[in-house]
Amino acid sequence: MNQTPLIEVKGLSVHFVSSHGVLRRRIRRVRAVDYVNLAIYPQETLGVVGESGCGKTTLGRAILRLVKPTAGQVLFEGEDIVQLNPSEMRRRRREMQIVFQSPQLSFDSRFNVLNLIAEPLQTHTPLRGEELTRRVVELLEQTGMPGEVLFRYPHEFSGGQLQRIAVARALALNPKFLVLDEPTSALDVSVQAQIINLFQRLQAELELTYLFITHDLSVIQHISDRVAVMYVGKVVELSTTDAIFNGGAQHPYTKALLGSAPMVDSARRRERIILQGSVPNPANPPPGCTFHPRCPVSLPLCSQVEPKLMDTGNGHLASCHLLQGEVVYPNAPPVINV
Amino acid sequence: MSDVLLSVQDLHVRFDTYAGRIYAVNGMSFDIHRSRMFGLVGESGCGKSITGMSIVNMVPHGGKIVGGKILLSGQNVLEMNEREMEGIRGRRISMIFQDPARSLNPVFSVGNQIVRVIRQHIHLSREAAYQRALEMFDSVAMPDPERIFRSFPHELSGGMQQRIMISIALACGAELLIADEPTTALDVTIQAQILALLADLRQKQRISILLITHNLGVVSETCDKVGVAYAGRIVEMGETDEVLFRSKHPYTRGLLAALPQSATRKSALQSIPGNVPDGLTLLKGCPFFDRCQFVMEQCRQTPPPLIPVGGPDEDHRVACFLYPQEQSA
Repeated sequence: MNQTPLIEVKGLSVHFVSSHGVLRRRIRRVRAVDYVNLAIYPQETLGVVGESGCGKTTLGRAILRLVKPTAGQVLFEGEDIVQLNPSEMRRRRREMQIVFQSPQLSFDSRFNVLNLIAEPLQTHTPLRGEELTRRVVELLEQTGMPGEVLFRYPHEFSGGQLQRIAVARALALNPKFLVLDEPTSALDVSVQAQIINLFQRLQAELELTYLFITHDLSVIQHISDRVAVMYVGKVVELSTTDAIFNGGAQHPYTKALLGSAPMVDSARRRERIILQGSVPNPANPPPGCTFHPRCPVSLPLCSQVEPKLMDTGNGHLASCHLLQGEVVYPNAPPVINV
Repeated sequence: MSDVLLSVQDLHVRFDTYAGRIYAVNGMSFDIHRSRMFGLVGESGCGKSITGMSIVNMVPHGGKIVGGKILLSGQNVLEMNEREMEGIRGRRISMIFQDPARSLNPVFSVGNQIVRVIRQHIHLSREAAYQRALEMFDSVAMPDPERIFRSFPHELSGGMQQRIMISIALACGAELLIADEPTTALDVTIQAQILALLADLRQKQRISILLITHNLGVVSETCDKVGVAYAGRIVEMGETDEVLFRSKHPYTRGLLAALPQSATRKSALQSIPGNVPDGLTLLKGCPFFDRCQFVMEQCRQTPPPLIPVGGPDEDHRVACFLYPQEQSA
């Protein structure tokens, strides 16, 4: 993919700091996202996969500047949006939208469908009255909902229908880039299939770029062009979907993740890798490689030195001391103090 | 073939609500054999959880079991009085749920909670119950049982909490464990640990497990037999591999086709048109007829019986008129 990225994330960190103790002197720092570098190319789907607490949602929100990054840059078409002032940011917001996991929670239950979808249009465009309604109906139809639902309320819809309405709202301002944060995780399988198909159709029709965040490996495999695997705030592996899922996974964590996902596949009654222990607390991650306490192949070095993300060939990135490759981001992450 | 531990026969459960009568379970039937894992799989609203609760006669408020039998080693659980049920719940049949954090009491240590359950059911001294608790923690592969005994639920991760739930459930020697979505709230690597633990306990302690889940992958990798539930009844059941890889019912096939798999990459997934019935009306014919691409006149009139498909697995049954109906169920 030798084109200019739509979004470039450089050294992005989001740390949540809270103080404890009688004198509020004890500082707890949760490194939710820690020195992440990645690029998202136009019209691709970059999947982000990881377990709870790995920072995938925070990464998605930081890219949209819904949480303020502690350090680093997010270049949207070359412009660093972290540094934009509020009015410039407002202009940029039209181009980037988000769809959440649970539309039941992200919709105001007292708004009807018309108001829900019209709200971003009223905020950002001069559309009013009949024109506004026409645009809302058009958006609904684009996402496979009939125009008659305009005056109905969120509780009258099923989860799948609500998710379509959420997509319609996200598309209202013709964005270029959508963050899809677990958009199918709350849905049943048969409905999940409909929504995934919808995302794929819209991507082709509207030339959208997606950052698709999920913990579901089969969904990631189906929809993504490239996949980033996160563990405790860091990207530990990033490559094409084919490379990662067709036996080319290099990081021991990615291998274990793939090995533990239950699948319906007669050919894949494979040897399961069952990891010991659980994901470390991101407020107090282990030293060295954060995966070393659970890693089946760890070396003494792993508990002391943190591995860097390396290009192991053909742009396949992974961070593990067992791998050989060229370090991609040689600069040490800056020491951040708040 | 191993003997039948639990037999659910023609179970009917309904709920009376302000919105009207909801037909949640409409003739659910299946058997669970000793030391086997049976998967009850289906989408939300198919009646799988209500069936699980009916087995211990604990249907939530508003619900009523209006027909059928639940036989535990031949005895009908539904005809027992409350006192007899106390000898069943926790003692012979135990249940674990999706969210262990909500099943555990946050203000007592987990040790306190397991000891209470043990002493409720078995006459043991405090010291003996403590020893039993440590043994149970050890059997679910908890490191450092003494420390865990003194911990409070919030100090433990989700996977650890679910292990605690399993150890409490099995502390009094239950023969049947009903696991209702036991891994749905857990991360995949932890899910794999818990599923491996359940499989291990089934073998070592010879318990039977009813695994209620929406995840076909989980069923595929853990269960011996599976029943696919739709609108409160079983539409297909049999050996797991038969049902999943040689499916007969259009609904089972539809569910499997809707799963994203390596083969479907970037292509359109097949979805099942329409929605799951809401249970407000008792359907006359096959519950799936209005979403089925093979619908026939007969399907609208009478519900198809669950009959053997006549393959190599004599237990493989399907409720669909597409298959020869000579044999009676």
